[in-house]
Amino acid sequence: MATDRIVGIDLGTTNSLVAFMQGESPVVIPGDDGSNLVPSVVALDENDQPVIGNAARKHLTETPERAVYSIKRLMGRGVDDIQDELKFFPFRLAEDLQPGEVIRIKLGDKTFTPPEISALILRQLKRNAERFFGAQVTKAVITVPAYFNDAQRQATKDAGRIAGLEVLRLVNEPTAASLAYGLDKKQNGIVAVYDLGGGTFDVSILKLHDGIFEVISTNGDTHLGGDDIDNLLITIALDDTLGDLGIDLRRSGEAVQAIRNAVIEAKIALSSQLSVKLDVELPGGKRYLREITREQFEQLIQPIIDRTIGPCKQALKDAGLKPEQIDEVVLVGGSTRIPKVRALVKELFHREPHTDLNPDEVVALGAAVQANILGGGSEATENMLLLDVTPLSLGIEVAGGVTDKIILRNSPIPASATQFYTTQVDGQANVAIHVLQGERELAKDCRSLARFDLKGIPPMAAGMARIEVKFLIDANGILHVSAREQRSGKEAEIQVQPSYGLTDEQVESMILDSFDSAEEDFRQRQVIEARNEADTILAALDKGKKSPAWGHLTTDEKKKIAKMEKALIAVKAEDDYQAIRKAIDALNQGTTRLAELMMDSAVSTALKGKTMDEADMGEGPTAPHPMAKAEFE
Amino acid sequence: MAQPLTMIGAKPAPQETQSCWSCGTMRAVHFCEACGKVQPPAPVDYFAFFGLPRKLNLDAAALEKDFYQLSRKLHPDLNSQAGTQEQEWSLQQSSLLNDAHRILKDPIKRTQYLVKLEGVELEEQSKTATEQARSSGEAKKQIVPPDLLEEVFELNVQLEELRMQKKIGEDDPALIEEIGRQKLELEGKRDALLHELQGHWKMWDGMIQREQNGQPVSEEERKYLRDKMVDVLNRRNYIRNLVRDVSEVLEN
Repeated sequence: MATDRIVGIDLGTTNSLVAFMQGESPVVIPGDDGSNLVPSVVALDENDQPVIGNAARKHLTETPERAVYSIKRLMGRGVDDIQDELKFFPFRLAEDLQPGEVIRIKLGDKTFTPPEISALILRQLKRNAERFFGAQVTKAVITVPAYFNDAQRQATKDAGRIAGLEVLRLVNEPTAASLAYGLDKKQNGIVAVYDLGGGTFDVSILKLHDGIFEVISTNGDTHLGGDDIDNLLITIALDDTLGDLGIDLRRSGEAVQAIRNAVIEAKIALSSQLSVKLDVELPGGKRYLREITREQFEQLIQPIIDRTIGPCKQALKDAGLKPEQIDEVVLVGGSTRIPKVRALVKELFHREPHTDLNPDEVVALGAAVQANILGGGSEATENMLLLDVTPLSLGIEVAGGVTDKIILRNSPIPASATQFYTTQVDGQANVAIHVLQGERELAKDCRSLARFDLKGIPPMAAGMARIEVKFLIDANGILHVSAREQRSGKEAEIQVQPSYGLTDEQVESMILDSFDSAEEDFRQRQVIEARNEADTILAALDKGKKSPAWGHLTTDEKKKIAKMEKALIAVKAEDDYQAIRKAIDALNQGTTRLAELMMDSAVSTALKGKTMDEADMGEGPTAPHPMAKAEFE
Repeated sequence: MAQPLTMIGAKPAPQETQSCWSCGTMRAVHFCEACGKVQPPAPVDYFAFFGLPRKLNLDAAALEKDFYQLSRKLHPDLNSQAGTQEQEWSLQQSSLLNDAHRILKDPIKRTQYLVKLEGVELEEQSKTATEQARSSGEAKKQIVPPDLLEEVFELNVQLEELRMQKKIGEDDPALIEEIGRQKLELEGKRDALLHELQGHWKMWDGMIQREQNGQPVSEEERKYLRDKMVDVLNRRNYIRNLVRDVSEVLEN
């Protein structure tokens, strides 16, 4: 029996990827635009249809009120948590949000919860995989930052369900990276993974032992990444234009997006160049010019990257290890391309970090490895097993508003704890339990996960009831609770009020395209997509025929192309998507030389940077910086 | 807010030999040797989970090896193709395995767990208890080891002085050095107590061995050895908390 294909998904702040295990090694599945990375951007087009990825990016500048990026920052968080984010990100919240309600974001006139927006990205990845396999994909492993709390994990799982995916496992990103890394190394030792991405930072320390990947400790900051560097540079540019030109661009979505694109390009360039020139056209014809040297850039970002030091030291301390005892250091996340970050890592762990893996892809590749293990394994993953830990302590509020920790951070998962409760008044029927996550001593400083009401306790004298409550953190890092009154043997009813989550019913009502799973619907979608692709290639061919390159082909070549074109047009009218695909592939092959010739003649206008998103921006603080005054022309 | 009761560990259930729910073969405790299926978890203590007697000197390398081997059988990742019920057992068994390994591999946690099994709940000396006592205004029950009384009083005065100095932005290098010296001394004492504890382990293990050999062991002896260990644990916990408080003041 051919088992269902399980894909591995990296649902990132900036980019998302889907990968699977092809024979012995994991590979990333490209989208229909040929790109491995799907930008984590979602927009609504003029017909209120969702657009995802590269296609959505243009909406960020053109219709910023209909687009959203970096949604991962809002997953599993409440309105109170995100006030800081709102200063820097153009999230438009729904006006009628109630305290304690799950956040909703406005795109045009519609509102979406963060899990729904993430689900749209996941569905795009699902479709990319389905196009690639020519078969349905319904099961996935999704990665999350190791330092994600229970609510953030639950929100990610909900997103999967809304997208029509059964999420077999949530895997921590640094742990996934170590799987991809360990696959070809096959060695024992202590590995530190330093993962600085677009929006989150994680550090994990693992012990590799004959195929067992045992996490010893983990730490991090779920709001620290490349986004913070971009925002700093944008703030400087906005301050410059306000101070020197007297123009306040903070409300001009378009201008801020242009600046955002330019600073991201500059940031990337500064990893390979010693200086870079910012040159942005502002509304009204003025130009914003500024030279940034690498030295200035490094001075500027120092406070941001220094925030990774504390978590690294804590992770080492929790693991009971000295930096000298780390055998290997692995870098993950786009921000680790910055030379200053690499220098910092080297200083922290007294060791040259590994840079041989693509830091953008390694997490998705690791997720594919884990998917393979969950699917029953193969020769390549034989004997591989991941043993992970919970990043944050789990506690219960006790008298005086104090947190009583019942499962400590860095405990291996699955982990469990049993607590006994009793009643304080005669005949008391309910007991309220407040579950918390975090390291602080007082309940108010920890993250509230949920409030449980134990109901239906049989009437008895105060202190007589003995209610056993079992807390279990599963292999996804998600909490489960069950309760039983021991004297009566009665299962106590638990009413869960997740502090920042969706209820089961809400998730159910959000499930995208409930027809998605229907075979016929799947086939029809495949046919439509294949026809669209056929139209694209046929249009490109028409254009090619009019280009000077056409004249350079031999008569024989032209004849062959004409024959394949005719075949494609014929098969396009039929309902067999696999046949259409085949004809497209053939025509693609047959026109390779034509495409090359066209490229040669027009190479200058072609490739522009691909990794940029675009932004609009709220009020930011004035950023102090080490640079000279900007120039304007 | 509900108040948690303390939990006294259940006495280990006798390990009954049962047959595998799936293939009927006589099985190992946690999974079937014949067909590999995960078995429903039995209510056993952490020592029994690993098939160990309640001895305190244990072979750490062997424990880790067993932990890895059992993980390869019980972990949910390797049972994700199994039926719903078996997956549930795998989750429960694997959490038991992790919890048991975490407690048993640490000499102090292991001893604390054992005295709890033997019926003694240690004085709660955690930071949480301190905070709780502070906020509710209750005096915290804390046994200050008599030989430390004078020293601790002195140290607390010095810590308070340093806290005040830090508050107004001053620091006295001589005071910091003095406190640092005392911290080292306390850490020395803490480590010495582990050695003392290990001495008691030997006595305890000897008693368990006699019991295993079928010799009678008196309830008095059992209690006596247990309480010796409880005493060391309490003193050690006290010093550990002191070291933690000192580190906190020095680092802030």
